[in-house]
Amino acid sequence: MVYKERLNKRGFDEPRKIEAKTGVIKKADGSAYFRIGNTAAYAAVYGPRDLYPKFLQNPKEGILRCKYNMMPFSGRGERVRPGPSRRSREISLVTERALLPVLNLEDFPNAVVDVFIELPQTEAGSRCAGICAASMALADAGIPMKGMVSAVSVGRVDDKILVDLDYTEESYEGGPVADIPIAIVHETGQFSLLQMDGCITKDMLSKAFELGKKVCAKIYEAQKQAIKDRYKIGDDK
Amino acid sequence: MNKELRESILKSLKEGIRFDGRKLDEFRKIEVETGSINTAEGSAHVKIGNTEVLAGIKLQIEEPYPDTPDEGMMMVGMELLPLANPEFESGPPTEEAIEISRVIDRGIRESKCIDMKKLNVKKGEKSWAVMVDIAPINDAGNLLDAGSLAAILALKNTTMPEFDGEKIDYKKKTSKKLPLGKLPVSVTIAKIGDYFIVDPSSEEEEALDAKLTVASLDDGTLCAMQKAGYKPLSEDDIMKMIDMSLKAAKKLRVYHEKA
Amino acid sequence: MSELIAKERDVVIPGEIIAKGMDYLPGINASRQGENIIANRTGLVEINGRVIKIIPLSGRYMPKEKDRVIGKIIDINLGGWRLDINSAYTAMLSMKEATSDFITKGADLTQYFDIGDYVITRITQVTSQKLVDVSMKGPGLGKLKNGRILSIKPNKVPRVIGKQGSMVNLIKEKTNCKIVVGQNGLVWIQGSPKDELKAVETIRMIEEKAHIPGLTDKIKEFLETNKQ
Repeated sequence: MVYKERLNKRGFDEPRKIEAKTGVIKKADGSAYFRIGNTAAYAAVYGPRDLYPKFLQNPKEGILRCKYNMMPFSGRGERVRPGPSRRSREISLVTERALLPVLNLEDFPNAVVDVFIELPQTEAGSRCAGICAASMALADAGIPMKGMVSAVSVGRVDDKILVDLDYTEESYEGGPVADIPIAIVHETGQFSLLQMDGCITKDMLSKAFELGKKVCAKIYEAQKQAIKDRYKIGDDK
Repeated sequence: MNKELRESILKSLKEGIRFDGRKLDEFRKIEVETGSINTAEGSAHVKIGNTEVLAGIKLQIEEPYPDTPDEGMMMVGMELLPLANPEFESGPPTEEAIEISRVIDRGIRESKCIDMKKLNVKKGEKSWAVMVDIAPINDAGNLLDAGSLAAILALKNTTMPEFDGEKIDYKKKTSKKLPLGKLPVSVTIAKIGDYFIVDPSSEEEEALDAKLTVASLDDGTLCAMQKAGYKPLSEDDIMKMIDMSLKAAKKLRVYHEKA
Repeated sequence: MSELIAKERDVVIPGEIIAKGMDYLPGINASRQGENIIANRTGLVEINGRVIKIIPLSGRYMPKEKDRVIGKIIDINLGGWRLDINSAYTAMLSMKEATSDFITKGADLTQYFDIGDYVITRITQVTSQKLVDVSMKGPGLGKLKNGRILSIKPNKVPRVIGKQGSMVNLIKEKTNCKIVVGQNGLVWIQGSPKDELKAVETIRMIEEKAHIPGLTDKIKEFLETNKQ
């Protein structure tokens, strides 16, 4: 069997519908909402602020702390048990690594910038959606940054290279599947997140990266617009 | 408690206005939306002023409790997510979170608004478990009433997934709704000095002496209560607060129909 | 050949290219990346000759020497009081900077300032590790009593104050409130409850519409309507 057409009818280089907003959480110093298809993420930034316990402090620069969490009703199947799991802790860690390269925290010795990512609903690609939301929330919070981070998953289904896999594709049984979440620093083109589930050739990987870069550029535009929309002049509401 | 803040709030209440300009029995602006979370069997998004919460329902098949073998189960959980307030911390639920969950749980349970018998599939073996989870997005005060309203709206919005006697197919939704009867409304009344107010804001929560949450049905039956705050209440206070809560409940009940 | 990509007062996001070429120089919140000048914070572009800087549109308060800030007493220790100044860093108010009274060893410091009290102080020192010292010696500094504290975005403070205090004086005059604006985004307001509320609404309006042309006239109009 050949994967001629995507089960979801999208083009191979076509991500799901994207929605981006900032300033969605009033209490936070910066916040954002990022939705791609049926996967949605809220991100709130608090800080720079006091860091306790004290032994975690770094006297040279501020530290970044990310926490990724799925709301109990955010999965299609059974209820997700509240509290950290091995999966959510790993994702929190790779999210931190994805974002840290663009942050300038040297002005904030001993302090922390906290990023809380909450997923109200998910259908694949939740860590990438979380990273997109977090990057926007950090910019919204006025944190000094070198640039922005955009993330999406790329991969293969059977012999096709495609972008933004959904559940039907992640669990495709007609051929080999590889799911590769990536995050790209927009300004440098460098990768700050790279994970892979599944098997792929080096050749196919290059092609997947090419697609990923193109789609991340598109996501970047949505992120940029959302951050700026908050300051639109003449918005008299 | 912040003494200065309390003084200022009292000074204002003496002139009949709240700190944010509201009347004493006035809610902030309420907005509700249901069914926006498609991974849940039912959901609601409630805003009361800047306080914003999501509620989602998940349904599961589980073995009934031994003492109620022919009934379904229900659970309410609310976590005070650190996303919603800089004072909330990551980690296991705090006492405050557990209290809010349990008060909302009691309102639903004791009102008997869910017909538990109808949630039994096979006596002693299989029953539906209704898992109500509430997640705050932004805490600007009165999470309890917002969470409680969201929970009820989410229950109303719920449709059962397909169950073949063995397994649930979450992808297939049936047109069957939850067996719901008369729905409760929870309204929290705060007492500051000699004044009683509905829908306390964050600032008012910081300054209040006591509060009383009352869950009631539309015929005025009281189905759950919880006194919170560290100052005691007189019997007279309690009666006044119940009256105020019942009056405000009428206004909130309108949203049950809108969603 | 140098070229400007963004215009004066454009909103830019971190990493966005503002100018190409070596003729421009990066100012505050901007930096050079190869040929380009990029923004390092979300904000408004300001071009001053060859220098490009970014005026932030958000962000927490960062303590600066000589700033007048409103703080809340959060702790009392041997040497004085610790203040929350609405920043990542707390400030220290020592006994000798708080009062000229002679305080005996072991005296009860709460008779001067108790936990939860708000005070208006001036920052005297900020070290590289962001240890902040404040003083209460100077005109207009001291304890703030019987009012309410409003928190606004620190970057909106200049708009609320206005040119030479024109905006805040206008609000004071029209609402009959005493108002103190701290550089750290905390505002103290004291008046009758209704007047305080009017002042709060006005300040919120300035915060929301800070970027709108003709703001002063709009605020004047707002202050004059529904004045009973």
